[in-house]
Amino acid sequence: MTDSGGGPELTKGGGGPHDDTPGGGPLVVLENVNKHFGELHVLRDINLTVQRGEVVVVIGPSGSGKSTLCRSINRLEPIDSGTILVDGKKLPEEGKDLARLRADVGMVFQSFNLFAHKTILENVMLGPIKVRKQDKAASERHAMELLERVGIANQAGKYPAQLSGGQQQRVAIARSLAMKPKVMLFDEPTSALDPEMINEVLDVMTSLARDGMTMIVVTHEMGFARKAAQKVVFMADGQIVESNTPEEFFTNARTDRARDFLSKILTH
Amino acid sequence: MDQLFNFTEVFDNLDKILTGFWATIRLAVVCMILSMIVGTVLAVFRVSPTPVLRGVGTFLVNVLRNTPLTLIAVLCVSGLSDVLALRFSDAPSVNGFWWATTALSIYTGAFVCEALRSGINTVPLGQAEAARSIGLTSGQSLRMIILPQAFRSVIGPLGSVLIAMFKNTAIVGAVAYAVEAAATMKLMFFDLGASLPIFIGFAVGYLILILPTGYFFGWLAKRMAVAR
Ligand SMILES: Nc1ncnc2c1ncn2[C@@H]1O[C@H](COP(=O)(O)OP(=O)(O)OP(=O)(O)O)[C@@H](O)[C@H]1O
Ligand SMILES: [Mg+2]
Repeated sequence: MTDSGGGPELTKGGGGPHDDTPGGGPLVVLENVNKHFGELHVLRDINLTVQRGEVVVVIGPSGSGKSTLCRSINRLEPIDSGTILVDGKKLPEEGKDLARLRADVGMVFQSFNLFAHKTILENVMLGPIKVRKQDKAASERHAMELLERVGIANQAGKYPAQLSGGQQQRVAIARSLAMKPKVMLFDEPTSALDPEMINEVLDVMTSLARDGMTMIVVTHEMGFARKAAQKVVFMADGQIVESNTPEEFFTNARTDRARDFLSKILTH
Repeated sequence: MDQLFNFTEVFDNLDKILTGFWATIRLAVVCMILSMIVGTVLAVFRVSPTPVLRGVGTFLVNVLRNTPLTLIAVLCVSGLSDVLALRFSDAPSVNGFWWATTALSIYTGAFVCEALRSGINTVPLGQAEAARSIGLTSGQSLRMIILPQAFRSVIGPLGSVLIAMFKNTAIVGAVAYAVEAAATMKLMFFDLGASLPIFIGFAVGYLILILPTGYFFGWLAKRMAVAR
């Protein structure tokens, strides 16, 4: 896998750039997924299908299992029962195969988690070199293109701690993109950020969505959901309570739980 | 008084003293490298997901840390080298050197392991999760992300462990490798009679070697610190 040069290739599959309509079949499929933490039943019979190129926003009260759902899709958390398919393949057990599959699923964390002892450029290049076994020069070129794209190219030689939260999160997105993932997971990517930095990150995410990246995003940013998502999934107590288009969900929620939750976040 | 501060014996025997310290330095440098390797391997065992490896690591570290170094050195020299005839070389000085090195390295390795393990605990969980999420295997994640950060955060404590190791060369020297500085001093006491000047000469020698080592590790710890 070497980059043939040209513009940064951001998406794989999907309906192609600038195609907002989901299509091309399911990319992530969860069937009857259950997960416990000891006594606590955190995921209850989750069924969810994400189409290629689709952007799904996951929303719900604290402790409802949104993070756990995200983390189970790249098996940072193992599940107790049910199946999770990514691009038609079941998640393998721990080991080399799992590592390879994880590389196809990008993950962006609330706390950025950039590698603290490596420069910005090294953070972005590490995966392509060590996991994809790309050559160094091509990886560096691709990494710089991605940093350019998220607006951090001029900080490539700095260390994560020298950057603002918003900048770090954009680097984290570039680091995920460098692996050319089939789908990207975002777990509250803006909730650790100061208000003035939220938009710079959401802008990058919105443009990714435009380019056809398949995304599962845990966020309470309704502006983003309206602008970029095709579907909103509302979770409560480990269950998917409601699933609808953003417009329908925000203006016309069907369940009491969802209406109650929306009234709380809207008054903030 | 004149007798007490007459350093002619020190200067007359300077070549002997320097030879002793040169042997100490060789011993210390080799032990430093080996104890870091042993310590890293033990630490990897102790944080391994495999219970058997964890158990082996914990057992070895507890045994090594709670046994006096003299005993370990005697076991190596009298037990393994003399009785079981496990020899590194037929030349006694070479054999002594490597048994002294072995004893001190595994002993110090246990302390390196514990320092490193406390460093591993300072690395936030998110670092390993990010590493796994870009597709690094757990071995790669340990090697490229966790251990480098762990090492940097414990350079100070590692410095203390290695300085203790430096001084412990005198203990293994007494048992296994009688050509290093402390053993040379004893020999000189034996030949020339114990004298304060000779003692001071050796003490200054150790000081000259160890003080800069301490400063070096302090400087390195600052320089290599990982900002979060
Ligand atoms: N490692 C863990 N061990 C035990 N319980 C856990 C663990 N991680 C999460 N939980 C519990 O599982 C439930 C779901 O957690 P999760 O983090 O998925 O919720 P969330 O919807 O992401 O909440 P938030 O909005 O606060 O991030 C919570 O009750 C939480 O306390
Ligand atoms: Mg969460």
